[in-house]
Amino acid sequence: MLLIRCPYCEEERPELEFRNAGEAHIARSANMSGESDDDFEKFFFIRSNPKGIIYERWRHMHGCARFFNAVRDTVTDKFVMTYKAGEPKPAKLPGVAK
Amino acid sequence: MSGAFRIPRAGRLSQAKTARFSFDGQSYTGIEGDTLASALLANGVHLVGRSFKYHRPRGFLSAGAEEPNALVQIVRDDARKTPNVRATVQELYDGLAANSQNRWPSLSFDVGAVNDLASPMFSAGFYYKTFMWPKAAWKSLYEPKIREAAGLGVSPDKPDPDHYSSRYAHCDVLVLGGGAAGIAAALAAAETGVRVILADEQAEFGGSLRFETGARIDGQDGFAWAQAAIARLGAMDNVRVLSRTTAFGYYAQNFVGLVERVGDHLKAPGHDLPRERLWQVRAKRVVLASGAIERHMVFANNDRPGIMLAGAARTFLNHYGVAVGRNVGVYTANDSAYAAAIDLKKAGVNIAAIVDLRDNPTGPVIDEARALGIEINFGRAVIRAGGKLRVSSMTVQPKNGGGERTISVDAILMSAGWTPSVHLFSQSRGKVAFNDETKRFVPGTYAQDCVSVGACNGTDGLSASVDEAYAAGAKAARDSGAKSAKGVKPKVDASESWSRGMLGAAPGAGPDTTVKAFVDFQNDVTAKDIRQAVHEGMRSIEHVKRFTTNGMATDQGKTSNMHGLAIAAETLGKPIPEVGLTTFRAPYTPVTFGAIVSHARGPLFDPTRKTATHPWAEAQGAVFEDVGQWKRAWYFPKAGEDMHAAVDRECVAVRTTAGLFDASTLGKIEVVGPDAAKFMELLYTNPWEKLEPGRCRYGIMLREDGFIYDDGVVGRLAPDRFHVTTTTGGAPRVMNHMEDYLQTEFPHLNVWLTSITEQWAVIAVQGPKSRDIIAPLVEGIDMSDEALPHMSVREGKICGVPTRLFRMSFTGERGFEVNVPADYGQAVWEALWAEGQKHGATAYGTESMHVLRAEKGYIIVGQDTDGTVTPNDAGLDWAVGKKKSDFVGIRGMARPDLVAKGRKQLVGLKTKDPKVVLEEGAQIVEDPKQAIPMKMIGHVTSSYWSQNCGRSIALALVAGGRDRMGDTLYVPMPNGVIEVEVTGMVFFDETGGRLNG
Repeated sequence: MLLIRCPYCEEERPELEFRNAGEAHIARSANMSGESDDDFEKFFFIRSNPKGIIYERWRHMHGCARFFNAVRDTVTDKFVMTYKAGEPKPAKLPGVAK
Repeated sequence: MSGAFRIPRAGRLSQAKTARFSFDGQSYTGIEGDTLASALLANGVHLVGRSFKYHRPRGFLSAGAEEPNALVQIVRDDARKTPNVRATVQELYDGLAANSQNRWPSLSFDVGAVNDLASPMFSAGFYYKTFMWPKAAWKSLYEPKIREAAGLGVSPDKPDPDHYSSRYAHCDVLVLGGGAAGIAAALAAAETGVRVILADEQAEFGGSLRFETGARIDGQDGFAWAQAAIARLGAMDNVRVLSRTTAFGYYAQNFVGLVERVGDHLKAPGHDLPRERLWQVRAKRVVLASGAIERHMVFANNDRPGIMLAGAARTFLNHYGVAVGRNVGVYTANDSAYAAAIDLKKAGVNIAAIVDLRDNPTGPVIDEARALGIEINFGRAVIRAGGKLRVSSMTVQPKNGGGERTISVDAILMSAGWTPSVHLFSQSRGKVAFNDETKRFVPGTYAQDCVSVGACNGTDGLSASVDEAYAAGAKAARDSGAKSAKGVKPKVDASESWSRGMLGAAPGAGPDTTVKAFVDFQNDVTAKDIRQAVHEGMRSIEHVKRFTTNGMATDQGKTSNMHGLAIAAETLGKPIPEVGLTTFRAPYTPVTFGAIVSHARGPLFDPTRKTATHPWAEAQGAVFEDVGQWKRAWYFPKAGEDMHAAVDRECVAVRTTAGLFDASTLGKIEVVGPDAAKFMELLYTNPWEKLEPGRCRYGIMLREDGFIYDDGVVGRLAPDRFHVTTTTGGAPRVMNHMEDYLQTEFPHLNVWLTSITEQWAVIAVQGPKSRDIIAPLVEGIDMSDEALPHMSVREGKICGVPTRLFRMSFTGERGFEVNVPADYGQAVWEALWAEGQKHGATAYGTESMHVLRAEKGYIIVGQDTDGTVTPNDAGLDWAVGKKKSDFVGIRGMARPDLVAKGRKQLVGLKTKDPKVVLEEGAQIVEDPKQAIPMKMIGHVTSSYWSQNCGRSIALALVAGGRDRMGDTLYVPMPNGVIEVEVTGMVFFDETGGRLNG
């Protein structure tokens, strides 16, 4: 069972309190009805599914109930960092080369 | 007397405290503190089981948890029959009853042993080859027979009457393994004041100090030192000491599962104790001190009862006071077996001979054995063991060939060396490294905050192990925040140490032979099987493992892994590290389902939700159905009524007078704030901005893909306040969906969402007399059609308590839904019921609710829709705001496939024979005479007998359904084809006049 740091509660809590909510930083268009089929396909169906660092959304379901973003390594399952919803994708990750 | 093989004054048990027990119905006497194994051995019993595949007679290999052979069934009573208990772990209690397994009719005469003679048929991979043909025989013949023959032991056939408990624990330093190294590490950490947990699988701490008679620490005998240290640790407030506790799994971020056996060693555990306790521990640092497991020698018939590991024989002698034989042979490639021979010799047991594969080893134990007059044969091999139900001889030959000599023995002790127990380290995702010099895998790269110490780290010798462990314990404490250390490192005064040993098959069991030299006793895998797997093309050790089953099941390679690997590597002509090690999987030893499940079983498996009127419905004799976690009244049968009759009566009553229905389980969410209407516009397809306060609207919620996700009636209580209802099952996911959009996509909106499902009880009163029933109890609400038209909501009082009174209908009749605070739910229900009685009202359940709504063509999301249905498919285009520029699903709904012709659309079906009720889920075809497989064009989603219509009714999703009105379609069923006509979805009161009737 993983420990996940909720950026709102500012505490590490057990995975049981959280729900994964899919990939992060996929912006919903402000002009949704004007999107082309191709753009909608990219927005709704296409996900990166990387081996390694993934940016994803989690919800502290049984805690503060807030959605937030996390950076996780899909190989080791280790969380690199978490940050609040709406904050930009971090330019530099702590402890990750490249 | 507690057995003829008990040596007076040997061992640590008090021989005065006897305990009676039985094995296969025969009574024996043991001593308190014995294991079942030591007690049986004290009585000269070695034959305790039959092997898995060949049904060969088997005895004890070990004295611990690695035991692959001595699996027995412990019977406490009719319900407590635990199979596959290791006799070497099961502690004796007075009255213990055990049975052998995997034999018929008896242990000494087992019919299944014919498999041993037929063994060429059962060689590696035989399942994959033998049962391939004819194909049809697999299901009818092979599989049932294999399942019958497979498996060890018999599962209990009654529910487990014991209870189990579960605890979470946090600590700074978790030490796994309570031998000398583990104790030293725990002392070092505990003395700094940090929180320490020390766990060991044995009843008593000490690990190999149980048999190492030569060890002295801090001026006392090693085992005595261990007990004193444990007493000291146990008395410290910051330390928790857990015996009989196995660390079975090492998971992410230093999360370790331990299982503590609380009651299995007690004569009468009592129901106040759990049988087992699961500990889920999160540790800042973990110290692994799991020790090493001795390897057997791989030679012909090395599985005969009486042949065991040398260290095990020492344990039986030095701890339990039991000699494993009277005339014992020793076969070794390592010094440690000499210590066993020496100990037994000193206890008065004859050592027939020591056979040592090594050419000219030297060392103090060899000198001591020689001084005791024991015959030692260097450079020789035991090429086979004699005897069947018990070993009777060993045949010795120079290892490079030559004359054979047979020596009579009644036991053989063997040691091929010691394998570090890297199971937990490997489970922690650490990578092992092969030490070519010592020929063993030891912890290499760590993946978590843990450290290995002592024998499991490949550290030889007690002194070096204790030094390493003490330093590691102190460092783990510092790393987890300890400030100061004030302890004194234990001083090892005397210890034993021994050299390496060998891997793989011994001479006489080489590639040129066909003997049964076992590598994996539990799975009946021989050296020959491993070679065969390689010859048949298995290259990866993972494939060899699966093909032969070597190291599988509960053994998890404890005794078999290294030999199997070495034989595979030799056959492949590759060095061992290139062949690699198979993965060690959790659990380290088997864990009961009870310990994992703990209290979460029966009624505690999942929460049960009951509405406020549940007691009333129960008293009325309602039959309940499960809807998610809810118990809902399904129907209210009167005396003599079956479900059909009750539902017919309820449905007619609702349309004639009135019915009361508990609708409390519907999800309810309050959407509040200055931007509440804007938010509703984005989350639902309908327009909301212009909905007047006090009015309601049927809302449809889509996902971004354009498919219907949920629906429900929404009342606008005020410009900034909506009372949203959802489906019963959809409530949590709708709330999550709303929160998701509010928090992440539309955070600029000033809105609050509150789940109010549990706060409001909802009583639906439906039918022509509904207003007459409610009106006398209501204060402050004008109930006239002008003031309170269909689809409106008012706040006021009913029976003196606050209400949100909705005028709405899920039956097509004039109807109301009375929301009251849940605490008053039953009282208001009873008041309404009393009023209702004056008008002949009835209570109705969920089944009638379904029929009544289907008569009106009202859909149920999740029954008439399945996640691929658009509003248009469901005939609900009218509920989509045409002028809206955005809502969730607006773009998905417009995808080419979702607006294409020929999509499945929701329609009504009438069977040509009105008495025939279709089966829900039945498939629909255009032409029943077409060849199978037929082209299916849709399926029935809802189907009922409608007493109000006097016929059956159904809803169905049919391709291009709305263009087929009046067409005849067919529903092929096993006993004939049913003809149906496509109709509209409304079967009753098509004009809707009854809403105001």
